[in-house]
Amino acid sequence: MSAYKVTQEEVLAVSGVDPKKCMRCGKCSATCPAYDEMEYHPHEFVAMVEKGEIEKLAQSKSLYLCMTCMACIQRCPRQVEPAKLVEAVRAAVIRGKGATHLKPDALPDMLDPDLPQQAIVSAMRKYTR
Amino acid sequence: MLGESERRPMSTIYSYFPGCTLKNKARELDAQARGCARLLGIELEEIPEWQCCGGVYPLTTDEIAFRLSSVRALAEAARRGQKLVTVCSACHNVIKQVDHDMKAGAAIAEKANNYLAAEGVAYHGETQVIHYLELLRDEVGFDELKRRVVKPLAGQKVGAYYGCLLLRPSHVMAMDSAENPTIIENLLATLGADPVVYAQRNECCGGYLTLEDKSVPAKRARAILENARAQGAQTVVTACPLCFYNLKKQEEGTGVQVKYFTELLAEALGLDAKEGE
Amino acid sequence: MQKIGVFVCWCGSNIAATVDVKAVAEAARSVPGVVFSADYQYMCSQAGQTMITDAIREYGLTGVVVCSCSPRMHEATFRKAVQKVGLNPYMLEVANIREQCSWVHKDMAVGTEKAIMLMKAAVAKVQLNAPLEAGKSPVTKRALVIGGGIAGMQAALDIADAGYDVDIVEKNPSIGGKMAQLDKTFPTLDCSSCIVTPKMVEVGQHERIHIYSYSEIEEVKGFVGNFDVTIRRKARYVDETKCTGCGACMEKCPMKKVPNEFNQGLDTRSCIYIPFAQAVPKVATIDPNYCLKLNKGACGICSKVCAAGAINYEAKDELVTEKYGAIVAATGFEVIDVSKYDEYAYTQSPDVVTSLEYERLMNAAGPTGGHLKRPSDGKEPKTIVFVQCVGSRECCDPGKGELRGGKPYCSKVCCMYTAKHAMLTKDHYPDTDIYVFYIDVRTPGKNFDEFYRRAVEQYGVHYIKGAVGKVTPEGGKLKVQASDLILNEQLHIDADMVVLAAAIEPSPTARHLATMLTASMDTNDFFTEAHPKLRPVESPTAGVFLAGMCQGPKDIPETVAQAGAAAAKAIGLLAKNELVGNPCVAHSDEWMCNGCSQCETVCPYGAITYVDKEFKMPDRTVKIRRVAQVNEAVCQGCGACTVTCPSGAMDLKGFTNKEIMAEVDALCR
Repeated sequence: MSAYKVTQEEVLAVSGVDPKKCMRCGKCSATCPAYDEMEYHPHEFVAMVEKGEIEKLAQSKSLYLCMTCMACIQRCPRQVEPAKLVEAVRAAVIRGKGATHLKPDALPDMLDPDLPQQAIVSAMRKYTR
Repeated sequence: MLGESERRPMSTIYSYFPGCTLKNKARELDAQARGCARLLGIELEEIPEWQCCGGVYPLTTDEIAFRLSSVRALAEAARRGQKLVTVCSACHNVIKQVDHDMKAGAAIAEKANNYLAAEGVAYHGETQVIHYLELLRDEVGFDELKRRVVKPLAGQKVGAYYGCLLLRPSHVMAMDSAENPTIIENLLATLGADPVVYAQRNECCGGYLTLEDKSVPAKRARAILENARAQGAQTVVTACPLCFYNLKKQEEGTGVQVKYFTELLAEALGLDAKEGE
Repeated sequence: MQKIGVFVCWCGSNIAATVDVKAVAEAARSVPGVVFSADYQYMCSQAGQTMITDAIREYGLTGVVVCSCSPRMHEATFRKAVQKVGLNPYMLEVANIREQCSWVHKDMAVGTEKAIMLMKAAVAKVQLNAPLEAGKSPVTKRALVIGGGIAGMQAALDIADAGYDVDIVEKNPSIGGKMAQLDKTFPTLDCSSCIVTPKMVEVGQHERIHIYSYSEIEEVKGFVGNFDVTIRRKARYVDETKCTGCGACMEKCPMKKVPNEFNQGLDTRSCIYIPFAQAVPKVATIDPNYCLKLNKGACGICSKVCAAGAINYEAKDELVTEKYGAIVAATGFEVIDVSKYDEYAYTQSPDVVTSLEYERLMNAAGPTGGHLKRPSDGKEPKTIVFVQCVGSRECCDPGKGELRGGKPYCSKVCCMYTAKHAMLTKDHYPDTDIYVFYIDVRTPGKNFDEFYRRAVEQYGVHYIKGAVGKVTPEGGKLKVQASDLILNEQLHIDADMVVLAAAIEPSPTARHLATMLTASMDTNDFFTEAHPKLRPVESPTAGVFLAGMCQGPKDIPETVAQAGAAAAKAIGLLAKNELVGNPCVAHSDEWMCNGCSQCETVCPYGAITYVDKEFKMPDRTVKIRRVAQVNEAVCQGCGACTVTCPSGAMDLKGFTNKEIMAEVDALCR
């Protein structure tokens, strides 16, 4: 677990998102394919980042359940782009020293003969430093 | 779809970015794509020393290094004065979104070019990135393609699986309507198949989550295939090796076959299996 | 040399507390041209005004300066006062030493010095003022109402009842507008047809109202009180004077596949048609897009069965020109096209409908005879999901996302009509499960919130704060994936129908009308009002009034109220026998004008035209020159032309370039 503290300023700057545009409609969470597995859902990410409750998000497994499908980005009526906030928090956490989520040593056990390279590369891009 | 008079003049050589998976686990996708292109008078020339696109587009604005492999590919195509063609949905999504960043010309573009200055490379948005499907629709034209079909697909009921990456975000990908696409359905009809529209065709298969939590792609793939089946599809086609993998894992018992779209294209055009190698 | 009188007001302590008014009056005495100077507590009072008029008489004043509050307060008062004793009202200037001086300063020395400067500037201007006469123009006592929906009909009735002739121009074959399509109206659940059809009949029978149905505005010329309008009467191919509305032609017409607009395309109609049973006028119209006779020379059955001999395949569009004194724009709205919002599967399943389509399904005169049936299989829906805000309240930055025809505003009527739909459905079919997914529930009108609470508390409609993310048609059902933000759950509902509360937008046909009327529209194509709070039914263009949805989203009670207000304004205009113009209008020096047309281009009111005029040149030849001409009745004195004119030919009476420069010079000394 990283000792690096992720700040609201960092998340807002890195994501380029203005969470104040959100009108709390819930369409992002309605359309999110990973909703049931997440602890904090896209609409909560927006509200919590706006409020500054970053710590809870930084410690949550939800960060790694976003599959970058961009449904929330495509369908949000206010053009808020919630997935960018998820990624900003995740990136900030992973960039902390020793905080990588997917360790390369763990990979060989995960592979199967059909698994395409792009799956490994994508996962490494999202989960490792 | 462009009419005869509006179609851009066909240049026979395009720069081609295959991506890592097409050289490995998805070789047939690459072979069929290039082989079919050749039958249509198009040479897809692999750009030299291309690097893996990274599989996913970085949503953070300060991630420059992850964007560089795409910028290099774009710069190479610009140097050659050619359009850049991709087949893998993931590569297409990454490269197209990075190109959008570079065309917008803001901080990201400046920083990327600063990095590349050391290599003597600069890119200012000169290249046009198109997916293989756009190549067929806009450069060849479906009318022309129809003339080249030697073995129509005999009314096979086929569902297009777009996945999320070909279409989103739609103002950048600009290939088709994100919620109501028709490009693959039109292609299937051109090849003689009976395209089946089903709502889950543009929803994510789970992507790289297959390495984090297998239950999500499993759930998603099942929902996609079941929806396709319920609406009458016997086959589902995709352009992405990761989608192919996730869907194939749930294929059993659904009554639907998962294939690459190039397999049907090759069949319809009468591509000899060896030709593409 | 002018004889100017300066009158400095104390305004109680409003001015006197921060400005030494006696000092200002004293300073005025030494200004060249000033022959009289005085101060008083309340210049606007009777006593104050008498002071001015007495001084005019006694000292033969030719010009007056009042140092007081803003001219917006009392300029008109003082002008009237001086006019009574024979001084031209435009020989009076007001120096604002209150809002622009005493109210913004605290230091008396500073305030007094500034007040003196303002007084001197006003005196310098009056020195150069010329007497001005306001122009007069006649008023045509006839009103034009564009649009025959409830807004247009109400305005027309009010104007006609006041004793003026009114023409209604309606683009559809019948008046009635959207109200004729509605089933019941909130919050009373009145039957819409039952309340609107009597109005339609009243309009149709009123001796002062003439309806141009199936017609559109072709051209508008002129200005307030004197509009010249060309109306295009589209060819119906049916003689309105002969058709009895019997309907035999509709019955026998073999082309029955035309999408029926009145039922939002849910069923079809015949090519020759009367849009609905209560149509006014009840006259058939041939749809030229589908007519076999007009397009192929075949058929011709309707003319054979018409007992009145009213069919005329040779008919052509007719252009009619009419004069009007006032125009009311009441062009109404449309529901946006939601095809691009296909996460809701609108184009993939016939059971996903818009609220207006649902309204037709519920209506007894609709495509299913008022039985709520799924368009796909005709079965009764047991589970219905209503989705609010489809296309409303959206951010529409093209750099951040695909534009799907969404609107940034709230469409205002949808929360209420969805509650209505839910309750009416439950009334007829009590065992239906109904979900409404909302962001907010907006119920601002009288009895509105109580109405929506009945839906929840009395009828058991499930109101869920959240949104629908995806609708997947599968196996005859609609699988709805949605969020419940209060319970923090993602819901999966197997619905039989999904109803989308689509945004409303101003009728697209009104866009070119705005140009014709020189009426401004905002970025959402709603007509702009002259002042958003204080002048909501007037367009900035004099003589053009606004009523109904074309000015902004609103429900029926508000529409009727606004229509009445617009009518009152129109009546106030038509009641005048002549209009007194504003004499502070632009004027072009013909000899300096070089015909460049820049002023014509910048004039926001269309008040400037160019004419070819004959000029006797100094060398005795006659030359034809193209010069600007200002229509003083339309000119609002904004000064844009004066600023634009490169040769200095254009000047503004009452605010001439010289007068303004004199003020500046006085301030700078």
